[in-house]
Amino acid sequence: MTMHTLSVLVENKPGVLARVSGLFSRRGFNIDSLAVGETENPDVSRITIVVNAESSPLEQVTKQLNKLVNVLKIVELDPQVSVARELLLVKVRADRSARSQVLETVNLFRARVVDVAPDTLTIEATGTPDKLDALLRDLEAFGIKEMVQSGLVAIGRGSRSITAGPALRAA
Amino acid sequence: MTRPTPETLAHTARRARAAADPTVDVDQAATRTATPAVPAVRPTAATPISGASSLVRSLEALEVDVVFGIPGGAILPAYDPLYDSTVRHILVRHEQGAGHAATGYAQATGKVGVCIATSGPGATNLVTPIADAYMDSVAMVAITGQVASPLIGTDGFQEADIQGITLPITKHNFLVQNAEEIPRVLAEAFHLASSGRPGPVLVDIPKDVLQASTTFSWPPTLDLPGYRPTLHPHGKQIREAARLMAAARRPVLYVGGGVLKAGATDGLRRLAELTGIPVVTTLMALGAFPDSHQQHLGMPGMHGTVAAVYGLQKADLIIALGARFDDRVTGKLDSFAPDAAVVHADIDPAEIGKNRHVDVPIVGDAKHVIDELITAVTAERSTGRTTDLGDWWTQLDDLRNRYPLGYDEPVDGTLSPQYVIKRLGEIVGPDAIFVAGVGQHQMWASQFISYEKPYTWLNSGGLGTMGYAVPAAMGAKVGKPDTVVWAVDGDGCFQMTNQELATCALEGIPVKIAVINNGNLGMVRQWQTLFYNERYSNTELGTHKHRIPDFVKLAEALGCVGLRCESADDVDKTIAAAMEINDAPVVIDFVVGKDAMVWPMVAAGTSNDEIMFARGVRPVFDEDDI
Repeated sequence: MTMHTLSVLVENKPGVLARVSGLFSRRGFNIDSLAVGETENPDVSRITIVVNAESSPLEQVTKQLNKLVNVLKIVELDPQVSVARELLLVKVRADRSARSQVLETVNLFRARVVDVAPDTLTIEATGTPDKLDALLRDLEAFGIKEMVQSGLVAIGRGSRSITAGPALRAA
Repeated sequence: MTRPTPETLAHTARRARAAADPTVDVDQAATRTATPAVPAVRPTAATPISGASSLVRSLEALEVDVVFGIPGGAILPAYDPLYDSTVRHILVRHEQGAGHAATGYAQATGKVGVCIATSGPGATNLVTPIADAYMDSVAMVAITGQVASPLIGTDGFQEADIQGITLPITKHNFLVQNAEEIPRVLAEAFHLASSGRPGPVLVDIPKDVLQASTTFSWPPTLDLPGYRPTLHPHGKQIREAARLMAAARRPVLYVGGGVLKAGATDGLRRLAELTGIPVVTTLMALGAFPDSHQQHLGMPGMHGTVAAVYGLQKADLIIALGARFDDRVTGKLDSFAPDAAVVHADIDPAEIGKNRHVDVPIVGDAKHVIDELITAVTAERSTGRTTDLGDWWTQLDDLRNRYPLGYDEPVDGTLSPQYVIKRLGEIVGPDAIFVAGVGQHQMWASQFISYEKPYTWLNSGGLGTMGYAVPAAMGAKVGKPDTVVWAVDGDGCFQMTNQELATCALEGIPVKIAVINNGNLGMVRQWQTLFYNERYSNTELGTHKHRIPDFVKLAEALGCVGLRCESADDVDKTIAAAMEINDAPVVIDFVVGKDAMVWPMVAAGTSNDEIMFARGVRPVFDEDDI
């Protein structure tokens, strides 16, 4: 099974996310990551879905998604020609003795400290899932008190836009 | 017994109202099936009205002639303008009846069937018919009242999230947020339900939205940027399909319900006769190709003919037209038609390749696909490319002759259900519409009645909804008042929805119901006989042993004529007696034996190669011929 990243452009209407996520569970697919937000056109939202599937069931779920009336367009993003990022917020134990080592790790991964408490640091990092996994592995040694991760967002490289097109303009 | 006549009872209330209001034309009010007074094409300038009136005006503008429903608190505002509308409302006895009636109406007429219910339990009672319509791709619009907007999400009285509940069983659904949207949403709902692959669409309208002031203008502008069904097939794919059809030695046309939905039956016949290719029609497609046609092998699948099952199984090319390789057709999927290349034409791209690998995918409306295939096949033939199907037909004819559909007379001297159904088909003839429930009687009705014309066979194929027959027959009869409509029902099914016979009696809908009463849940019992060591757990219904209920008395209580037939000698005259009665619904209680079984049979989960012609009898296929 391989990871696939789908960009699903949908009408920005109530309940559309439920239609999309419900379809995945109904057809027996697990969503690994999901991120939703408005696009440059406020009538259009973009759902980025990462799913672990063989190519033929993935084709079936893509076709089923296309049947949803509120779905405007689906593009599978090739990791070779797209940029993909996640956001991580993590609260790490960092008392006086460990603080400088934690900060060193933060610098190494080009992450940022966004909140400081006497015994913890809260760190913000963005990057590919691989990079964030590596950061977390390093931070685990100090003790992770809490963490939260966004779904993956991704966009194709180059000047072409998947949001161009008559259907999307009409929306 | 006294029974109401259709004209007197159907519109009594309306006449009373009309008498009080001299501006209402009584005769026009009584003949509801005539063209609606508001033509869809006449644009209407914005006029101030309530949301409820906007809903009813929209239905009129969409040329809806009849809706099936039951009022209740949340939908009540809509029933007030409906009282004066050209739209005929048929008050059913259970919302499930409204839903299946809308389906029967849609399947018989090709128009959109409409049902209405209130919020909460009214809406949830529509869930089964909506799921049924979804599985069988029926153009249906369900309109439900919802609690007032401020109450939504508070577990208000009679609140149910029917939009959420029906998400997986509708083609699309709407929760109307404000009254201005009503005409557009209704127009979109009808467009979605009836175009592309048809399906049910639900429109949920909160009570305050129905009560709000709004303006009505027609026609609205549809706003469906994500909905673009592909009707015209790709020319290259059509040419490739035609090339395979010209080269195949053992081709079969596998015809599904999509051919009926697309109105492509004339084209299908031309294509079949042009190519000489054998035809099988699925349970959803009976009538799409005449049963009596020499090229018709019958129905494929679990209870299909040996020739149809074998034909698909040994084919080197399957041309699937508006069919979906359902498990009841394919049997065990990985041993289905192992040597066949597959051309799969469907209007729904998601059906193509869903179950079976496809060599030539064609997305398009069956009518366009078939018309273009005829052109492409003709071009192939003009260059001399055809194959002789003589050997193939020799094998298939041999199977047809050796393994025709048939049945054994019961050894215990009871009335044979197959005989009853066969005689019904022969006496009633091919112009009538037959509507079946689900189970043994449905399979026998599919096997032993000859369907010669499209839209004469209605049943619940995908969902397999027991209780479908009576309300669907009611809907079909409303849509086709001049056609004789027979429901062939089982005693189990009949007890699920027979309350709609009261609706039929009062509204002047003279359907005829043949209850094939074997005193048992027959199909389940058959499986218990075959697979559960004849341990008949909870399949005996007591309609024989205790005669509870007595279907004749029940029919009479519901305002119908009740007849009973218990011997082969009486079958013809009982049917003839029922045919004589055209001013009331008729129920015949055919008391038949309980041990009859449906054959042939491919047991669930097994390969089509394992088809049994009768209990313990495997057909002999001459493998050397292949």
